[in-house]
Amino acid sequence: MTTVTTPLSDTDLIAIESDKVVDARGSACPGPLLEAKKAMNTIQIGQTIEIWSSDPGTKGDVSAWSAKVGHTYLGTVPGEGYERTFVVRQK
Amino acid sequence: MSDNLSIVLFSGTDDKLHAAATITAGAAAMGTPVSILLMYWALDAFRADRISNDHGLAYDASRPRWNEPVEHVGDIPWLDTFRMAKELGDVTIRACAGSLATLGLDASAMDPLVDDAGGIAAFLAAADGGQILFI
Repeated sequence: MTTVTTPLSDTDLIAIESDKVVDARGSACPGPLLEAKKAMNTIQIGQTIEIWSSDPGTKGDVSAWSAKVGHTYLGTVPGEGYERTFVVRQK
Repeated sequence: MSDNLSIVLFSGTDDKLHAAATITAGAAAMGTPVSILLMYWALDAFRADRISNDHGLAYDASRPRWNEPVEHVGDIPWLDTFRMAKELGDVTIRACAGSLATLGLDASAMDPLVDDAGGIAAFLAAADGGQILFI
């Protein structure tokens, strides 16, 4: 696992203007993760995707996948009945 | 022995749950961290309102055998064995988020033995370096 960088606060995360939003609400694991992976291929390195998911496993999955593949998982903030997860493409 | 053991626990009959609990307790006693992912029928068996029910035996038990039928499974109920395993060592029991959705369950319906809900990638990442069993 890669080392943990300074985590962003909720305020910082909410202020992010992501380059792509992946709305995976209503989809269950492994759906949101697969959609995140597909979406990652459509943005440039250095850009940010934001995954919306109502599945409780998504933030853990995206965090683990980011560490394994080499992207930067920025954090997760709650929305209304779902969570918003932010990842920066690094490869 | 590898440094950690991960178990995808899919089956929901008492015999398989007992086997899984025994393996978990043995690993925990030996200092091997155990990570369990509850899917489908195992997840259903761990529901707070069902965990103490009779979960029956797998099909294998109904096939003709020369010896006596199995009257009960194990000296200690599997759920108590899991509890002991958690006291003995590093054991994490996680509800598969996908199976929760399939069964229409919320994580709050699970027995307190279940630590949290999680997805497949997090489980596989944590399993890295060790072995994964499917029961």
